[in-house]
Amino acid sequence: MSSLTLLAIKLGYLAVLWLFVLSSVSVIRTDIFGARTTSPKSKKAKSAKTKPLKKSKRLRGKPKQLIIIDGPNQGQSVPLGTEPILLGRGTDAAIRLNDDYVSTRHTRFATNGEQWFVEDLGSTNGTYIGNQRVSNPVPIAVGVPVRLGKTIVELRP
Amino acid sequence: MSTPVWIPRKRRNVELAMLFLAILLTVLARVSIELTVNGSVPSSAYTFAVIFAAAAIGAHLAVRFIAPYADPVILPLVVCLNGIGINMIHRIDLARQAANPDRGSLAASQVTWTAVGIIGFIVVLAIVRDHRVLQKYTYTFGFIAIALLLMPLLPVIGQEIRGARLWIHVGPFSFQPGEAAKISLAIFFAGYLVVKRDALALAGKRFAGIDFPRGRDLGPIGLAWLLSLGILVFQRDLGSSLLFFGLFVVVLYVATERPGWVVVGVGLFLGGAYVANLSFSHVQRRVSAWLDPWANPEQNYQIISALYGMAHGGVLGRGWGEGRPEMTPFSFSDFILTSLGEELGLTGLMAILMIYVLIVERGVRIALTCRDAFGKLLAIGLTASLAFQVFVVAGGVTKLIPLTGLTTPFLAHGGSSIVMNWIIMALLLVISHQTRKPAPEVLEFSSDEATQVVKLR
Repeated sequence: MSSLTLLAIKLGYLAVLWLFVLSSVSVIRTDIFGARTTSPKSKKAKSAKTKPLKKSKRLRGKPKQLIIIDGPNQGQSVPLGTEPILLGRGTDAAIRLNDDYVSTRHTRFATNGEQWFVEDLGSTNGTYIGNQRVSNPVPIAVGVPVRLGKTIVELRP
Repeated sequence: MSTPVWIPRKRRNVELAMLFLAILLTVLARVSIELTVNGSVPSSAYTFAVIFAAAAIGAHLAVRFIAPYADPVILPLVVCLNGIGINMIHRIDLARQAANPDRGSLAASQVTWTAVGIIGFIVVLAIVRDHRVLQKYTYTFGFIAIALLLMPLLPVIGQEIRGARLWIHVGPFSFQPGEAAKISLAIFFAGYLVVKRDALALAGKRFAGIDFPRGRDLGPIGLAWLLSLGILVFQRDLGSSLLFFGLFVVVLYVATERPGWVVVGVGLFLGGAYVANLSFSHVQRRVSAWLDPWANPEQNYQIISALYGMAHGGVLGRGWGEGRPEMTPFSFSDFILTSLGEELGLTGLMAILMIYVLIVERGVRIALTCRDAFGKLLAIGLTASLAFQVFVVAGGVTKLIPLTGLTTPFLAHGGSSIVMNWIIMALLLVISHQTRKPAPEVLEFSSDEATQVVKLR
């Protein structure tokens, strides 16, 4: 073995080693920033038929109002700002629900500026997303129906 | 342009591509060692390449089918470290056998243990499908950990090797129970602190801007401190005692989010270390070798030789097979990092440390994104134990801190260490899979009546 070959092997090995490290970093990079929904990368993910993505395709954009889609107060709505919104039969509720199955202070919707959360305030009958009872604050997307008593509300863009 | 969202992705093909790169690195290292030392590549190198690649791809297939959403970079990083370790051990084997042909092959046993480790990895992936089941066995794991730690002290099976009582011998097999105790303790600490963290976090006094815990809550940390001191005194193992105590303090800090615990922990550690330095000769020897190895060159030959080895390596290293790492005693286990520093240089050693950093980063990331508190604490505990171990070993052999006997994860020669570290990675991947997989689909209103139970008025 000539010393030049050995030098080439040595440097080549170190180069491949660092290539390995740097390619790991680039794999991790996408994990930190997530994939943009409109970038070509996410198209791949879309073709993987993930259900939550389909939903967000149907109703996109920032939630602007909370609307009652079923129950005694059907059709009423509240605009969403930065303040939390309280739902219940009590007088301090944003919409006073005329629903016998709803507690006085039943559910709160709150935002951290980016995402809205729904939180049950210890109601008797509970707050449900589907048939999952909400026990601690759960992020809620646009168009997902939330049930409290006989009332169903959802966020609309 | 909408805001970036996090979409669950499997990324198994990325993992496979990275894995090929890791295998390529291993084979490349082997070939260059053989070319440098022997001038030709013997058939045993090809056999090794095939076995290693098959084991790595087997691990990949297990992840692909059992935990498809698990983190894609951890497995390739670990395989790369393991491959580099085996090659370094093989390279030292060649030098040892050149001096004395009767010496057995350490690399062969390392390959066997790697295979056992990967089998253990697959078995843990298959059995522990959801890490939350481990929480049920919190106290069981606590007792297992204590039993494992006490085992080397038993009269017949326990054995003292080079001044430390860490090993048990059953028939032809020897085993370091401390490595397994590490995992059991991480599970126990996580399960215990999930339940107790509120009591530990909320009560306490504020002093000098830091919230200090109440006296009566100091029980568990005191117990952990006594346990690690016990290991130090009875097993004479500085490294494990530091590791277990560090692990507990980190998990406690993460569970309570109170820096006061770190202050208390560091204070207890410094006090313990000071007393140990005063009263135990084996600790004193380590400290004097750290402060000034050249004061007693005969006794501190190992660390001096290691330091010269790294200096010999320089920035780019000697190249595979061209250094003299075998001159340092235990250059294949405790001092494998300096052997690598000699042959791959600062550049290579930095790359290896980067690989460890990336593994730790992934572990912390898993803990951050994990949805349940037990998983968070378990992931951070396992990651912290790995990080501590690398810090203690790398710091020890480079004379940053006193040298303590801990194994370099995945690199150093040693069966129990390799197997248990593979199992740690399996647990991390299980948590990662549970964290990254898409949330279960919310069903449409199918049970309307069942959700309206009580009429209020």
